[in-house]
Amino acid sequence: MAKGPTPLERFIQGILPENPVYRQLLGLCPTLAVTNSMKAAITMAGAVMFVLFCANVIISLIRNLLKPHLRIVIFTLTIATFVTIADKFLAAYMYQMSKTLGPYIPLIIVNCIIIGRCEICASRQSVITAGADAIGQSIGFALALSSIAAVREILGTGMFFGLRVLPAAWPDWVIMVLPPGAFLTFGLLLGAVNWYGDRKSKTGN
Amino acid sequence: MGFKNSNIVQAWLVLLLCLCFGSALAAVHVVLSPAIEANKINETREQVPGLVLGEEKALEMAQKGEALDVVQHQMAVEKSGRKLFYNVYEALISGKRIGWVVKTSGAGYADKIELLVGLDADADKISGLYVLGQKETPGLGNKIIETEWRGQFIGKPASDALTVTKMGASKPIEIDAVTGATISSNSVIQIINTALADLRPALKDKQG
Repeated sequence: MAKGPTPLERFIQGILPENPVYRQLLGLCPTLAVTNSMKAAITMAGAVMFVLFCANVIISLIRNLLKPHLRIVIFTLTIATFVTIADKFLAAYMYQMSKTLGPYIPLIIVNCIIIGRCEICASRQSVITAGADAIGQSIGFALALSSIAAVREILGTGMFFGLRVLPAAWPDWVIMVLPPGAFLTFGLLLGAVNWYGDRKSKTGN
Repeated sequence: MGFKNSNIVQAWLVLLLCLCFGSALAAVHVVLSPAIEANKINETREQVPGLVLGEEKALEMAQKGEALDVVQHQMAVEKSGRKLFYNVYEALISGKRIGWVVKTSGAGYADKIELLVGLDADADKISGLYVLGQKETPGLGNKIIETEWRGQFIGKPASDALTVTKMGASKPIEIDAVTGATISSNSVIQIINTALADLRPALKDKQG
């Protein structure tokens, strides 16, 4: 088996250098859909972390048994199982949040970040590497979601985590909590991240 | 093609995982479903005043600190040789019935749609509609949860089957479809029609 990146490298790569949203542009459906409040964004990131970690560990454990033409079926099966568990758990213990997120929790099944990590890392590397990779990528995803959600919630409602941070005189930019706000915020933040990365690599040379 | 290369043998891991994951999910379901059901019953009880009185009146009552009495009934209906059970909530103010809320469900476009249908005391008119659970397409079918769309049902007759139209509702039994989501709209109306056809005789019997 070819030697890939070490667990620590995988962990660090996932957070910023290979951030799933800003660098790989994956998982954009939840990124745009559930970032109008911090609470929803954090819940979504938590659910994705649970599913990604469990799926990566299971796939890594059975990686030597996988047949190339059946691997995608097995990835999907594993992911779907953990998504269903997360969905039921939210409905049982966080009912209001589960209603707010609605179909976006079941839609984690088709989140490309997870199947991507199964394919790139978990099906080729050891359990520890796969676990570290899952945590790193999940932190990266959580950072991306919360950066967008922070901008949208503060500008759109004057609040952060439901607590008022801007003076009551702030005219709430309602568009920021509506779908167009997601595109605007994401586009601008993505541009900023690219611009910063570009500048850093130029000065580095 | 030998035994070793047959499809079933190739797929042994898939089959084994299906079995393991299936049992795990069954266990999770058994453990969590009582809590999920309790959440739904709580939500139903919270919705009853708004469904029978209308949102404004219900809010007024809540501000005055008054509350409705809600009594849960399970009603059995005989239908083509099979017994169907419905959960029905009776809303009372100081012992006098002011309306009913019927819980019902059926197939939607993506998954099961669960509805609460509010009826007046005589079960003649629909007084409100609430979507308890749905997983319809975001942006299209899930517009059935919006207040504006649900508001069309208020005051519709409960005696006749409702129909969906794309041309703008003109008759009292017509409901405007959600644009781009005719199947979701149709499902909601079919679920309501079936429940009302099943239950209205029984609710009528409970008069007096």
